[in-house]
Amino acid sequence: MLDDLRELYQEVILDHGRNPRNYRNPPEANRHAHGHNPMCGDSVVVHATVDDTGIIRDVAFEGKGCAISVASASLMTEVLKGKSQTEAKALFERFHDMCTKDHAGDPDGEELERLQVLAGVREFPMRVKCATLAWHTLSAAMAGADDATTE
Amino acid sequence: MSEAATRRIAPAPGDNSAAAFDVARVRADFPILTQEVFGHPLVYLDSAASAQKPRQVIEAMSHAYETCYANVHRGVHRMSQLTTDAFESGRETVARFLNASSADEIVFTRNATEAFNLLANCFASVNLGHGDEVIISTLEHHANIVPWQLVRDRLGIVLRIVPIDDDGNFLLDAYEALLGPRTKLVAVTHVSNALGTVVPIKQVIERAHARNVPVLVDGCQAMPHIKVDVQALDADFYVFTGHKLYGPTGIGVFYGKSELLKDLPPYQGGGEMIASVTFEKTTFKPPPHRFEAGTPPIVEVIGLAAAIDYVQALGHDAIAAHENGLRSYAETRLAQVPGLHIVGTAREKASIVSFVMDSAHPHDIGTIVDRTGVAVRTGHHCAQPLMQRLGVAATARASFGVYNTRDEVDVLAQALESVHEIFG
Repeated sequence: MLDDLRELYQEVILDHGRNPRNYRNPPEANRHAHGHNPMCGDSVVVHATVDDTGIIRDVAFEGKGCAISVASASLMTEVLKGKSQTEAKALFERFHDMCTKDHAGDPDGEELERLQVLAGVREFPMRVKCATLAWHTLSAAMAGADDATTE
Repeated sequence: MSEAATRRIAPAPGDNSAAAFDVARVRADFPILTQEVFGHPLVYLDSAASAQKPRQVIEAMSHAYETCYANVHRGVHRMSQLTTDAFESGRETVARFLNASSADEIVFTRNATEAFNLLANCFASVNLGHGDEVIISTLEHHANIVPWQLVRDRLGIVLRIVPIDDDGNFLLDAYEALLGPRTKLVAVTHVSNALGTVVPIKQVIERAHARNVPVLVDGCQAMPHIKVDVQALDADFYVFTGHKLYGPTGIGVFYGKSELLKDLPPYQGGGEMIASVTFEKTTFKPPPHRFEAGTPPIVEVIGLAAAIDYVQALGHDAIAAHENGLRSYAETRLAQVPGLHIVGTAREKASIVSFVMDSAHPHDIGTIVDRTGVAVRTGHHCAQPLMQRLGVAATARASFGVYNTRDEVDVLAQALESVHEIFG
């Protein structure tokens, strides 16, 4: 297989794509949004539980998509637990840079290091929206919107 | 132009067999096919989205810009006259190609989508009211769904949807059952862009006409593969686009029977479509110019005419034999890829093979085969209701044109085997 494809489809991605973590709809979740990628028709629903102090206690998701979008959603649910909404927003910005910029800098912090497996999408500009769909949807949920789209 | 096209690509006169189809010579006409993608020869299997252009089309358009160009129907000067002649001669080429009874039945639009919107708006304004029904099918492209939904939202018409079976066959009897006293128009595709299903359009038209209902046919996917004779079909309206027929983008064709076009009001207002204008009252030209407001796609019409000359020189029978051979080979070869399922197995199909894989989402398939130079379409193919009917979010689609080869099918199949290795 070609190197950049190997870089894109790392074992971690394939694993999370096949066996997504936190694939559920928790009854206590109090933030929900539906994300949609009009280009491919993929959709994801993010369910977040935010406590009174603004800390994200739980993130879960449901939906259908390609290996990249499902793996990204799955990894997102793992790294956001316990983060404040401000921290989540900052992490999305850093993650977005990682997916789109050649010189995004070395990942600092455990969360960004975990997300580093998705950095391969840089070489596949058409797939950046797959990697960021769940994050856009989470942002919409946090902002109180019902819907998000990658367009 | 047609002389050059004939010299370069025509098989022996009268010989329309697949054996006479010299694909190597055809490929030599398409400059883009020498391009490499990620270090691999381009394997272009996305002609149903947009076909590549032969040199004959590119040269005809360059030639027009370099030697014969001005606005049409305006000046008394020589260049305008010559350009108008070339433009209107393009209209006659299209009319002959469709076997329309007159070039006045050919309206040029920006693309097929504009043609659908033109008809939806103009037809609705004189023929449709609250509770009237328009029949479309499950196979339709969004371009033949959304314009009717806009009319529905405006006027309160009702859309009736012809069902398909699990193989993607258009259900003729179910269609007939939908034809009722309020049916004002049938608007269906000739060939499904997502599945390749060939709709029995002649019977569709016969059954509608038995109830005096006119029929609009979406011929975008049919024109590159099937010889269309609008009079033999007795189609009332027929729409196709230039860029899927090896012609340029920016040009669509809207055919309408003269007796129907004459009763339709203008679509857009502007120059070119008027007989006379005062601030109190404006009168309009007869069809086709009534529907062509503003400067038309002049050089695109010249390019489309060159594309039609090219396709006619190859011959539709020879093209169909070549493409059906490729499709049949692809269906056999792809069925050997583990976990691959072909979506759409209608009795009659054009050269489109849609598929899904157990192990990988169509987007992942598309990305992986792309790195080996293979271009396939992935997604919903602008046919989301059809995808919902089939229970899939998306498919991957290989579509074949005059320039494709069995070797390219093998390259695709090998790339799909590597998809299975990665994800399987």
